[in-house]
Formats: sequence, C-alpha cells, structure tokens
Amino acid sequence: MASRLEALWGWFDARMPSLAEQWRIHASEYYAPKNFNFWYFFGSLALLVLVIQIVSGIFLTMNYKPDASLAFGSVEYIMRDVPGGWVLRYIHSTGASAFFIVVYLHMFRGLLYGSYKQPRELVWIFGVLIYLTLMGEAFFGYLLPWGQMSYWGAQVIVNLFGTVPFIGPDLALWIRGDYVVSDATLNRFFALHVIAFPLVLLGLVVAHLLALHDVGSNNPDGIEIKKLKGPDGHPLDGIPFHPYYTVKDIMGAVVFLAIFCFVMFFVPEVSGYFLEYNNFIPADPLKTPQHIAPVWYFTPYYSILRAVPPLFHSQFPGVLAMGIATLILFFLPWLDRSPVKSIRYRGTLYKSALAGFVLVFLVLGYLGTEPTTVWGQFGFDAFFLDTKDVATWVARLGTVLYFLFFILMPWYTARDAVKPVPERVTV
Amino acid sequence: MRRMLCILLFAPLGVLGSEAGYRLDRSPHDTRDLVSLQSGARTFVNYCLGCHGAQYMRYRSLSEIGLSEAQIRDNLMFTADKLGEPMKVGFSVKEGKQWFGVAPPDLSVVARSRGADWLYTYLRTFYRDSKSTTGWNNALFPQVAMPHSLWELQGPRTTTIESTFAETDPKTGKVTGHAKTTLVLDENGFRTEQTEKLQEGKDYHAGIEVTFSWPSGAKRAAAEYDATVRDLVNFLVYVGEPAAVNRKAIGIVVLFVLGVLFVFAYLLKKEFWKDVH
Repeated sequence: MASRLEALWGWFDARMPSLAEQWRIHASEYYAPKNFNFWYFFGSLALLVLVIQIVSGIFLTMNYKPDASLAFGSVEYIMRDVPGGWVLRYIHSTGASAFFIVVYLHMFRGLLYGSYKQPRELVWIFGVLIYLTLMGEAFFGYLLPWGQMSYWGAQVIVNLFGTVPFIGPDLALWIRGDYVVSDATLNRFFALHVIAFPLVLLGLVVAHLLALHDVGSNNPDGIEIKKLKGPDGHPLDGIPFHPYYTVKDIMGAVVFLAIFCFVMFFVPEVSGYFLEYNNFIPADPLKTPQHIAPVWYFTPYYSILRAVPPLFHSQFPGVLAMGIATLILFFLPWLDRSPVKSIRYRGTLYKSALAGFVLVFLVLGYLGTEPTTVWGQFGFDAFFLDTKDVATWVARLGTVLYFLFFILMPWYTARDAVKPVPERVTV
Repeated sequence: MRRMLCILLFAPLGVLGSEAGYRLDRSPHDTRDLVSLQSGARTFVNYCLGCHGAQYMRYRSLSEIGLSEAQIRDNLMFTADKLGEPMKVGFSVKEGKQWFGVAPPDLSVVARSRGADWLYTYLRTFYRDSKSTTGWNNALFPQVAMPHSLWELQGPRTTTIESTFAETDPKTGKVTGHAKTTLVLDENGFRTEQTEKLQEGKDYHAGIEVTFSWPSGAKRAAAEYDATVRDLVNFLVYVGEPAAVNRKAIGIVVLFVLGVLFVFAYLLKKEFWKDVH
C-alpha cells in the first residue's frame, strides 16, 4: 500500500513542480528566527481569519440575495430559517472586525521591530496593498445587509469620490451605477465583494509570503539571522518553521478562536461596534440617519476626513488628507533612516514618536465613532474658530500629529541615539 | 452633490433631535422566562399585529417559546392559514402610508435597533393630549404618529410636564433669569398651563421633566401595566433574535472544547520546543 502511494506521489512529482520541494522551501526547511514573541502570532492569525471569512462567506452566499428589495430580508432569513445560518452570519461579521484587529496588530509589530526596513521593503509594500484591498473588501461587504448604516455609509464614501475636481461627479456616478446608491450599486458591490477583491486579496497574500520567504523573517531583535550560519548551512539562530512554528501557531490559533467564539456567542454586536444598531433598520433612501459613523476600523481615517476644513466649499482637501494618510504607509521603508531595526535598540526619540502615534491613532479612532459634539464646545469665541467643537480641534491636532510621525521620521530616526545590536538573538 | 456631502459629513451630527432629554428606564425582561414570552406573544398579536408585522418571524417558530401547534393556531393566528406563514399585517406598505401617513414599521428586529430599554420606556410614556392628531402624545418620542394602542390596559392618569428654561432679553440676547412652565394634562388630555419666574441666585439647568400620576387606588393597575409591557418587550427581544436563546448555551460548550484543545496544543508546543535554547 505504502509503495503504491509513493508511486502515485512520484507520478505527480514527475509531472509538476515538486510539492515536496515547495513544502521544504516554505515549511520544513524555512528557517525562522527562534526568538519570535507574542507579536508574531498575528501573521498566521490573519491567514486563519482570511480562510474563515472565505469559507463562511461561501455559505452565506448560498442564501443571500443581492437585490435591494430582498437583501435585508434574506439576511434575517439566514438568521432565523437557515439551519446554522446565524452561526455563519456571526462568524462573518465577527471575522470582519477580527480581520482588522489582527491586521492592525500585525502592522504594529512591523513598526515595533522595523520589519519594513531593507531588505523587506517589498514584503511591507505587499502588506500595505493587502491592507488597502481589505478596506475595499470591508466597504463593499458592509453594503450587503442593506440596513440604514450600510446604505448611508456607502452614500457618504461614494460621495467622497464626487469631490475630486473636474471628474468627481462622473466618477461617483460610475461607481454607483446610478444617481443614488441603489439596486445597481448593491449588485456590483456584491460582485466585487464575493469575487473580485477576494481574488486580489489571495494573490497579494501569496506575493506577501513569497517575498517574505525569499528574504527571510525579521525578529524582535532586528538581526539578520542569515549572516551567521552553522556548518550545516542553516542559520545558527533559525529553526525550521515546521514543526516549531506550526505547533506554536496552532496554540495561538486556539487562544484566538476562544476569544473569537466568546464574541460570537456572547456579545456578537460588541455594543454596536461590530454590528451597528442602526443597521437593523432597513435601508431607506428618504430618511438620513442623525449620526452616520463607519464601522470602527475606518474611524481613524474618517476622523481625519472630518477634521480637515473645506476649501472653496469643497471637501476635497479632507478626502485628499484621508487618501494620503493611508498611502503614506508605502513610503515607510524609505522614511526610516535608523541604522537599527528593532525598538529594543532604538533611542527615546523613536520610542516616544511611536507611542504618540499609537495614542493619536486610538484617539482619532474613538472620535470617528462619535459625533463632533462629543466633547462639547469652547466657551470663548475667536476669529480663527470656524467651529467651536472641541472634538474637531482635537481631531485636527491628531491629524497633524499623524502626519508628523511620518514626515519627521527621516529626521528623528537619523538623530536618535541607538544602542549596539548584539550578534545573536536574545531568547 | 457637494452640498449633499457637506450635509452628510459636517452637519451637527450629535443633535439627537426630539428624542433627547427623557431618561430611559431599564427593561426588566428575561428571554428565558417562557411564561412572560407567551404573555408577550398574546399582547403582540392582540394589540400590535393589527398594524405592525413581524414578517421575518413565522408562526410555527412560536413553538420554541413553549406553545403547541394547536395553541398557536387557535389563539394567535388571526390573519394566516398555515403555521409556516410569516407574521405579516393585512395591508401593504403603500396602503399603510395612505391610511396612517407613515407606514407602521415592521417590528421583527425593532428590539435590535431601538434596544429593549427604549421600547420599555416608550410604551410606558404615552399620555393623553387633546392637541395632538391622535389624542395621544409620548414623552420619549414627542408627536409620535402612533396612538396609544395599549391605553385600555394602562388606565387613565394625569401628566405633568415641567420645563425649565432661560429667559433672554430679546434686544441684547443676554440671559435675564429663569422660568418654569408647568403643563398639566388631565385624564382626558385637557391642558392647564402656568408659567412662573424662578428665584434668582440659584444655578438652574434648562430641561424638561415629565411625571405621571394615577388616581388613588390605581397603583396596582400601574404595576400590572408595567408587567404587561415587560412581557411584550421580552417577546420583541426574543423575536429580534430567536437564536439568542440557544446561542449562549452553545457558546459555553464551544469554549469548553477550545479550552480542552488548548491544553493539548500547549503540551504539543512544549514538547517540540523543549530543545530550543
């Protein structure tokens, strides 16, 4: 029996790129640094969530109807009449937020240990592309339940494109396929959400991993383990990804799934952050909700959009700022001039800059979920106060600080006092 | 288009309009209480279903709150023939609009959008108002189009609305003092209004306070009405997400299984990593 299987294996191996070879390159002989810490779980977890979203999405598609008059009802049909439907729906809605949590933590790991720096620039660029694609994927998917927030959120975001000078209105019309968000919009967003963007996402993930496995993984010490090799030709500080990191990541995945399932089964709405309450009202093109807020993962950028004052009655500057805020991530590998990678050997300048950046990102994120009046108004009047809302001014300060983190990076990373980096990794 | 965006993004988003000001009471519902759910179902079918559907809910699924098919058929199905039919109203949205000015919303997921506390408060804050179109008004949702369909269960009561506001000089716009208007609506909704100037030197806050008072001896009726509303809200919460009843029980099992799995995953990792130094 064993020899027959081996023969069959050999038959395949002779007729296509060797699978054993691929397994060797990417798992059993992919040498990863042995000092990976907590932050290194989030890469494999992102892959896990991607699989969860694709599988649960396939089953949701079997009962969902991309039709403006049926969509809302079909989601409720899934929640009530489809056996196990509510599990699938909550897996998918929890998965959407989980995806962003995991990806944000994964990106933060990159910032902590300088994983974007030479020679991993391309790994980082593919990563940012994945992040942007994920934002698109989430945006298209959010329209599908066809609730009030789905509808008006889409209306606001598509209108952003309408502010682009000259071509704006035509561009918005082209995206919507109609003069307002309508059945045509729902249909195309469905197509983009279930096939176009997932395909792009999968392709980018493959590229991200291929690039990573070519240059090798960074680590919490920011040391290139390939520099020191043993007599067997393998890095002294490296261990094979399989079995060491597969068993470790399985453990991480179980913990992650426990948190995931806790949310799913006990608090699927997460107080309106994962599932907004207003989205249980069917979309009504004639009734604008009082407070339109995107889902939490977009709110830092939504804050930036709202904070920038209009110019010549056009909101385009805000839209531009929001766009640049995401695109600036691409330039990180070249903005960082530090001779060391890891935060462990960096000085106070970078440490405080990063801490400030995290704080600003969280504050912007919080403000994006609230109305601009959340922190009240200034009691005084001045000529430069176009708005007296305290929150708007805090968001403006946050926006400036957000950009300063990147713009000043070449300066503060170059003059930061760094510590000497050891030869070998510390476990 | 630009103006639209302006309105959508930069309008004072925080203003909660007419609904601000009235504090919500905490709803004492419990979806594990089947007797309460059944009582809520009865109230819903008898008092709400005439105008509001729960179209994503099927009559048959009421068996999950402990009712037999015969009980559902004999007591709860007035406008449907088959148990598998959804709990719909007998008119279309278009007709609803024509008859009432605004189509009564479907209540399948109203508990998920409004929240149980809102519903519990709303259904208990209707009052007689001779000046409104329907003869009813609501403290939580002023000028609501819906009349008080549960009025006969609640019984008559008087309403006192006290509004405190700052008085301003019409020329300078400066605050000159504070005043309080007391509006009393009797059991038939007839109004008695009185405005008094408040003593200076104290710190007043503008605001509205609504209090209800029952005729002596009607306290028991008031408590009974609260219980009826609690059951109705309980039923609406259940209808909002029927799966929620089993969801947590399944969740406990799932978390237990993952807990056991973690022990093995941890031991496996430990075994493999023991020679990594």
